[in-house]
Amino acid sequence: MTAVSTPRQREILVSVSLVATVACIVLGIWEFIVWKFDLPKALLPTPRQCWNAAVLERVALFQATLSTGFAAFSGLLVAVAVGYGLAVIFSQSRSLRLALFPYVILLQTVPIVAIAPLLIVWSGYTFRTVLIVTAIVCLFPIVNSVTGGLMSTKQDTNDLFRLYGAGRWKRLLHLQIPSSVNHLMLGTKTSSGLAVIGAIVAEFFVGNSTSYDGLGTLMTGWANLLKTDALVSAVFASAILGVLLFGTVHLISAVFLRRWTTFAASAS
Amino acid sequence: MISPRVTTLLVTGSRQKLFVRKNLLSESARVSAIHCQSLSIEYPGGTRAVDKISLKVNPGEIVSLIGPSGCGKTTLLRLMAGLEQPTEGAVRLDPPVQGDAGGIAFVFQQPSLLPWRTAIENVVLPLDLIGKGSPSNRREIASELLRTVGLEGAVKRFPSELSGGMKMRVSIARALVTEPHVLLLDEPFAALDDMLRNQLGQLLLELWERRRFTVVMVTHNIAESVLLSHRIAVMRDGALASVLDNPLPQPRNEEIRATSKFGEFYGHVSRTLRGES
Repeated sequence: MTAVSTPRQREILVSVSLVATVACIVLGIWEFIVWKFDLPKALLPTPRQCWNAAVLERVALFQATLSTGFAAFSGLLVAVAVGYGLAVIFSQSRSLRLALFPYVILLQTVPIVAIAPLLIVWSGYTFRTVLIVTAIVCLFPIVNSVTGGLMSTKQDTNDLFRLYGAGRWKRLLHLQIPSSVNHLMLGTKTSSGLAVIGAIVAEFFVGNSTSYDGLGTLMTGWANLLKTDALVSAVFASAILGVLLFGTVHLISAVFLRRWTTFAASAS
Repeated sequence: MISPRVTTLLVTGSRQKLFVRKNLLSESARVSAIHCQSLSIEYPGGTRAVDKISLKVNPGEIVSLIGPSGCGKTTLLRLMAGLEQPTEGAVRLDPPVQGDAGGIAFVFQQPSLLPWRTAIENVVLPLDLIGKGSPSNRREIASELLRTVGLEGAVKRFPSELSGGMKMRVSIARALVTEPHVLLLDEPFAALDDMLRNQLGQLLLELWERRRFTVVMVTHNIAESVLLSHRIAVMRDGALASVLDNPLPQPRNEEIRATSKFGEFYGHVSRTLRGES
């Protein structure tokens, strides 16, 4: 075994093995419960049966994961673009902020399951509907976080910009936008989990009788057929998708946006 | 004038010939006098942070504002910078710096650097904001200034990678990058330890020797004000209690602290501050 030298590596090893231990215990208990109470496969399949179903359905599962992943990612991107634009507008005009912010909150508080059927009516059983639902779900954390970021510049720095006669545009470009990147990435991370939820919820409504295939449509179909083992494997696929999306966002902020995101702790 | 005019000046020193690089130190550099004419600022609710202060700071003079916390010295400094508007009276610069953003520079108590900009990019910032010179020209000026403040090795480091003293040096370089007529400092070294405080005080004097801009500095530290300034304005309750001429000879360095003259004047300032004389 290679030597684990740095405390950081040791820390990672410890946390990975703890997570793995918990997984093993949960899977063990699961297997035990099914065996002990002799549960039918349609009600609760064993982990092994779920794994077998996943292998059997691997092509459909993989394609559906890809579709849903693409929908979630695109929806998140749309939300970032729209959300950032809204946040910039909110940061520049107090009256627009006061007028429009309540509606952004409203968009957040109206349950997405209530809006989804409406969107189906307007936009049809299509990918576009999934995209819109996802974007709506993702929008609020981004708008909220970025607006905060754009407006939370320090007094000294504001004075500095005033002293050099910086106008609205230069302030935005050289001060507000750079200092909002960190907030943008935090908001996007929060939304990345919501994106997968939004996409799957939308797919539930789109249903499995159309040309569009995602994890949500697959789940609806398998639920109707009582293919519980495959259903569970789809649940795991969606969980993995969420983690992947979060990881991607994290990677982007760590690799490309380092300059604006790593200073947070030591800013002065 | 922002042009990379690098003049080489031959100075024959006692020990060796020194080549002093001169860049931003154009002979024609203008400095302004600051006239404060019965300045008052009253906040809603009737508190007077500054009460009818008249003070003239001569061109190229270093004046310290000293007084207990809450006496209005920072507010007075901000009035001079134009960061606050007086309710009565006016601040006039002579010659004026109208239309010349960067004519007044301000150094805050905190370095206040933009954390996503490297040291040199932070120094360049004021030039970016006032839109003077080409980008390469701006960098040249900034790197020259960073060398002057002894940070030639840290040009590309981010603020999070700099010590407190280094950050303050970057902050001073940033203030000087526009060749200001007037440099205003708000307790610039208060957050630093004694050693750094002295070093940076000396640095400030060296920079001043080169360009002789007008300096107004707020401080809590009597020794610092005695060491650095030509005159000391003592404030109490928003008003000017007295203005003391500093009798110490110039140029000054750390050694002057050990002289009896330093001690005498220190005592005088200290008594004035307590309202005993």
